[in-house]
Amino acid sequence: MLRVENVVKIFNRGTVNEKTALEGVTLTLSEGDFVTVIGGNGAGKSTLLNVVAGVYPSDSGHIYIDGRDVTKLVEYQRAKYMGRVFQDPMMGTAADMEIEENLALAMRRGQRRTLRWGVTASEKKIYRDMLATLELGLENRMGVKVGLLSGGQRQALTLLMAILKTPKLLLLDEHAAALDPKTARKVLELTDRFIQERTLTTMMVTHNMRDAIQHGNRLIMMSAGQIVVDVSGEQKMRLTVEDLMVEFERASGGDAIASDRMLLGN
Amino acid sequence: MTQYILSTVSLGLLWAILTIGVFITFRILNIADMSVEGTITLGAALAARMISTGYSPYLSLLAALAVGMAAGFATGILHTKLGIPALLSGILTMISLYSINLRVMGKANISLLRMDTVYRGLETFLKNNLGLHNIGLGGIELEKTLAVGIVGAVVSFGIVFLLYWFFGTEIGSAIRATGNNHNMVRAQGIHTDTTIIIGLTISNGLVGLCGALIAQMQNFATVDMGTGAIVIGLASMIIGEVLFGKRNFLLRFMSMIFGAITYRLVIALVLKLGLHSDLLKLFTALTVIFALSLPKLKEISATLARNFREAFGNRKGGMPHA
Ligand SMILES: Nc1ncnc2c1ncn2[C@@H]1O[C@H](COP(=O)(O)OP(=O)(O)OP(=O)(O)O)[C@@H](O)[C@H]1O
Ligand SMILES: [Mg+2]
Repeated sequence: MLRVENVVKIFNRGTVNEKTALEGVTLTLSEGDFVTVIGGNGAGKSTLLNVVAGVYPSDSGHIYIDGRDVTKLVEYQRAKYMGRVFQDPMMGTAADMEIEENLALAMRRGQRRTLRWGVTASEKKIYRDMLATLELGLENRMGVKVGLLSGGQRQALTLLMAILKTPKLLLLDEHAAALDPKTARKVLELTDRFIQERTLTTMMVTHNMRDAIQHGNRLIMMSAGQIVVDVSGEQKMRLTVEDLMVEFERASGGDAIASDRMLLGN
Repeated sequence: MTQYILSTVSLGLLWAILTIGVFITFRILNIADMSVEGTITLGAALAARMISTGYSPYLSLLAALAVGMAAGFATGILHTKLGIPALLSGILTMISLYSINLRVMGKANISLLRMDTVYRGLETFLKNNLGLHNIGLGGIELEKTLAVGIVGAVVSFGIVFLLYWFFGTEIGSAIRATGNNHNMVRAQGIHTDTTIIIGLTISNGLVGLCGALIAQMQNFATVDMGTGAIVIGLASMIIGEVLFGKRNFLLRFMSMIFGAITYRLVIALVLKLGLHSDLLKLFTALTVIFALSLPKLKEISATLARNFREAFGNRKGGMPHA
């Protein structure tokens, strides 16, 4: 489904700020894989997702989606393959546009835009039903500007937009991190449900070790631009937060102290 | 007096077209596009040149629309494909157009007196059928004023309905979203370069058309007639938003027309009240400064009021809260 082959990403090449964010990452996801991604700040998690999404080009290596080489395609050209949710709830929606207009934009992800009407009456019905499944009452506020929603509501909407047109790949970058614990749990539940219903191939970055263990069928840990742990199946099910802490310490050379967010794992 | 107000309203209806163009870039795309200062003159210059060399005034409108669009397209390319900041891209187009406009006109101004214009037919029709000069409403120019008003109203309201439709389509929605959030738009598979270029193209096309209509109304075009057009557009836009609300999208477009008319009425009023016409642009700029800084001014006055209360309010320490 997704194959990342020896991908290198260097920021600010040839300057004093040169930073190698990905040091030749190789990763293969099978259809239906739900991979959680953990690692310390600056480990390269977001960069990996962004390079897969085509936000920036890689310096070397190849990326294949469904067997197709997409390395040379830029972000908007790759959008037809993937749904994405970002850490910042503001980033996934257009604030001045109505809920239904945002959904309509997402419904046409990767399609050629025409002079047909932007939101048709028949699709509004679909949106109403889909919004109802979020259980946030948004189905009765479809004409409301998204800017008036709370961060959690916006994030749930962004998630719905990401899967509205079933993507080949779902990329979630700490999409629950900016939310209060209760809302975060709700968004994660929705995430699980959508992924199961549609057997979506997913990469989910999180700083929460417990979430990383509880969700998905596979877990990878990144450190300094490399994948240092990759467990799946039985092995992942047996994984504990303590195990991960040990790995984390080892990956960061033993001397680094895990961030509080990771230690708490609440 | 009636005639004075009527001609002011007519003028407002023509400038409404520029206001709508400014609204598209400033509010929908979230870009301050300076090219309009050059495109309004470009439209006027081309129309004047065409009419004075015998082309149909109607054809000159289409041509003005087309060259305006080309200018907007150029600004869009500078900004998106060449990565030049939007403001600078607009300024570069504006400056380039100054030279181009001189070449288009061949001289610094062209008079259209006694030449055919898009208003002429309607004006003659009104003269022959209404017999207005018999009812003593005004002078010789009344039919012309009416003709300008009717043409202005048809064109500007026509544009509003057309744009209302357009911005409701898939492409239009994509352009609106671009002004909100480039990230989200790209994530939905839309090329933001394209949407920005389309928006700038439409906006400047309208401004070019506006220039052609104004030149034919005032019977001349000059190479510097665009100076300050952006500020006039912004002032009209803000007046429209403040006075006529911004509830739904159709009304937001409509309010651009009413804003442009109100702006002209305000200008006419302050001139009547004795403002020297040299000071007009300064007056307009101050209006825009005031309107754009309103949120900040409110903040400052709230802070001042609070400081005042805290400094002096405490002396009445024993007072009950009542
Ligand atoms: N646009 C950019 N320009 C320059 N350097 C960047 C850019 N994006 C990321 N980096 C650098 O690349 C490295 C990896 O960053 P990345 O954002 O991928 O980390 P992360 O694992 O997502 O961390 P976090 O947990 O803090 O989100 C960091 O050192 C970061 O400073
Ligand atoms: Mg990150």
